[in-house]
Amino acid sequence: MAADLYGDLVRTGLGRKVVSSLHLPNPVRLRRYAPQAPLIEGPVVVAGHGAAPLASPITSMLTSSAIDVLGEVPADGRVGAVVADLSAAEHPQDLESLRAVVSPALKGLATCGRVIVVGRPPQAASTAAQSAARQALEGITRSIGKELRRGATANLVLVAEGADANVDATIRFLLSGRSAFVSGQVVTVGDGQPSQPADWARPLAGRVAVVTGAARGIGASIAEVLARDGATVVAVDLPAAGDALASVANAVGGTALQVDVTAADAGRRIVDHATTRHGRLDIVVHNAGITRDKLLVNTDAARWHSVLDVNLMSILRMNEVILGDGGLRDGGHLVLVASVAGIAGNRGQTSYAASKAGVVGLTRALGSDPRLRDRGITVNAVAPGFIETEMTARIPLGTREAGRRLSSLQQGGLPVDVAETIAWLSQDVNAGVTGNVVRVCGQSLLGA
Amino acid sequence: MASTPRRAAILGGNRIPFARQNGAYAQASNQDMLTATLDGLAARFGLAGEHVDEVVAGAVLKHSRDFNLTREAVLGSALVPTTAAYDLQQACGTGLEATILVANKIALRQLDAGIAGGVDSSSDAPIALDEGFRQTLLAANRAKTPAARARALARFRPRQLLPSIPQNLEPRTGLSMGDHMAITTARWAITREAQDELAAASHHNLAAAYDRGFLDDLVTPYLGLTRDANLRPGTSLDKLAMLKPVFGRGEGATMTAGNSTPLTDGASAVLLASEDWAAAHGLAPLAFFVDGQDAAVDYVSGDEGLLMAPVYAVPRLLARQGLTLQDFDYYEIHEAFASTVLVTLKAWEDTEFCATRLGLDAPLGSIDRARLNVNGSSLAAGHPFAATGGRIVASLAKMLHERGPGSRGLISICAAGGQGVVAILEGA
Repeated sequence: MAADLYGDLVRTGLGRKVVSSLHLPNPVRLRRYAPQAPLIEGPVVVAGHGAAPLASPITSMLTSSAIDVLGEVPADGRVGAVVADLSAAEHPQDLESLRAVVSPALKGLATCGRVIVVGRPPQAASTAAQSAARQALEGITRSIGKELRRGATANLVLVAEGADANVDATIRFLLSGRSAFVSGQVVTVGDGQPSQPADWARPLAGRVAVVTGAARGIGASIAEVLARDGATVVAVDLPAAGDALASVANAVGGTALQVDVTAADAGRRIVDHATTRHGRLDIVVHNAGITRDKLLVNTDAARWHSVLDVNLMSILRMNEVILGDGGLRDGGHLVLVASVAGIAGNRGQTSYAASKAGVVGLTRALGSDPRLRDRGITVNAVAPGFIETEMTARIPLGTREAGRRLSSLQQGGLPVDVAETIAWLSQDVNAGVTGNVVRVCGQSLLGA
Repeated sequence: MASTPRRAAILGGNRIPFARQNGAYAQASNQDMLTATLDGLAARFGLAGEHVDEVVAGAVLKHSRDFNLTREAVLGSALVPTTAAYDLQQACGTGLEATILVANKIALRQLDAGIAGGVDSSSDAPIALDEGFRQTLLAANRAKTPAARARALARFRPRQLLPSIPQNLEPRTGLSMGDHMAITTARWAITREAQDELAAASHHNLAAAYDRGFLDDLVTPYLGLTRDANLRPGTSLDKLAMLKPVFGRGEGATMTAGNSTPLTDGASAVLLASEDWAAAHGLAPLAFFVDGQDAAVDYVSGDEGLLMAPVYAVPRLLARQGLTLQDFDYYEIHEAFASTVLVTLKAWEDTEFCATRLGLDAPLGSIDRARLNVNGSSLAAGHPFAATGGRIVASLAKMLHERGPGSRGLISICAAGGQGVVAILEGA
């Protein structure tokens, strides 16, 4: 991985002076998750508009996690996070409540603090004014994300009517270090039957998870994080990557399965391995992916096909078995890996962008598939932005620096940031979140 | 006290791709290769942090520092440090002999799960001091006074600086294994064409096995190698026919580099367990170990060929099991040389040989050649001596599993010193 020299420089005394006098980007070391650490260093201000129906469940969740909850910004101004419940907003004039809650909290917001706005989905609004107010929350939240500095993030949670009880896992995720590189995102929480983990430090205990493309990079990190959260991991990668794959599997105490995801029987072999070896299949992370970057003008059919086959069509084929009888259990979780390139497009990455945009479309379709909804299976995607991996280390320096800095968090993310988001989407307590595409991009300006 | 023998199951195996001498693994030691192989096995079967009772493996070409090779490899691997391990060595029979030992211990309830394996590096070979120089140094070490030490060291001669490099020679005859085989090949009149045909089939069969993914769960890449370096998918009878004979002399010389196995580096391991252990770990047996048999021939003072021992071992095994040579779905006859396999088959078909040498009323007869080494053997994969047994056991077990319960496979491996090891597996 190429060293983030600039990121290191700004953390030195001289570097800080230069950066602040020239108004250069000033990235901080992000707060990342540790199982025993508190969700967030408080206090957390929870307030909202009108009856603020979600404020009370969120307050009791935080209180039970021993976090100091306040109704307004304290006298010293220091705040770990602010949660603004605008779910009762009926009219754009109600947005003043959001300003009144959040604005005073920003000045004293802690390093890597959090702003969480809670609302209702605009699509379900009963009046035009209500829809306008609800949609406004997205613009507000994204703008706050861009205003925040020092590793703080802002995200919007849209809770469907009747799904208030399902919001726990998402609020926990967004407050915690798990969401270090997630900002400016909208997470929609719907109905579902969440079950609380016995131990929040091991929310995936007893679960069996398959991770494709697990031999290195983001895939290896996903395997590590799922295992840390308690899952037994089946690490899948190409036979030719078997030695690196074996190291990953042994490090996480899982098993290695050497199979090319494009093989006709890949889905069957994956399901058979998980169910015969480990007795069940709870989580599948379709992470395997390749790039064969070329300008479209120079792309031949073989290159085009290989990217689409590995990144998208293999998922369709494997899902026939994974989502079929005897595959993923009811209430299980499918997580796909899209990319900001699939949202924003990238010069020289037409085939890659095609495959990753396809993953977004696939995620939305499966997320609203009534048969999967009936079975309680959630399907979500993460869309990584600039992540520090061997792949991005090969990008030329100028482009790489631009990729790192052109985001609200002014730095590249780490593979673990993608992995933490996937681990959250793999929790049973998260049953209300499906069909979502969550960017892990530090609120990159690309495709925003 | 439970003392009834039980069946030992073969759950699977792992090997690294075999490399040609001084190729990809030139810098890898036996311990490096065996450790990597155990790690691959642990990953495939989820053994990291699991208890496995014993690991039994060995190497033929071995450094004196590797006196505890297998245990050291275990300590460097993902297996728990409380896994017992020891070395076993029977030349090219090492891997299969280790399998028989582990299977027998499981059958006798002395073990629940064990790993049998083998490794050999022909590249990282031990080099010994000249024997005279070694005696000089030992004498100097024994000397009690400086004067005596000086006298002892004075016996040193510069030519003793030439190291002694291990050679593929039989100590009692001074002939190489190939030279020995050439004698037997000529005696049995095995043609060059038949040998080349067998060699080509070995390459084509192994290449096809790789292509259809058969080795996906048998091999773990190592040091950049993803397939056996010796494999020549594009070889043909024409290409093989162009090679000059390297063993035997004159007109009758038929053995070439193409129909003999090259010196190779590699390692393999097989996981065996009781059915209970397998079930408790969610592992389905691929095959069961049925029986094994050793034999040796007098190739020094008698007139039997060096690599003929398996020919003698098989009828004893068949008689004990009440089986005929035709009762098998697959035959795995180690291709030390193409002619080794062909002589073995011819001897079993020979009425007089079977009567006079094997003491049989009737010859064992011929086999269906379509069942022989169907996924290739040592001519294509290469033959790191002690690693060949594990390669064959794991591969045959998988073939039998695909074939179905009750299917049967015969393994035959010849070894230096006029020895042979054979075994029967049954599909689970």
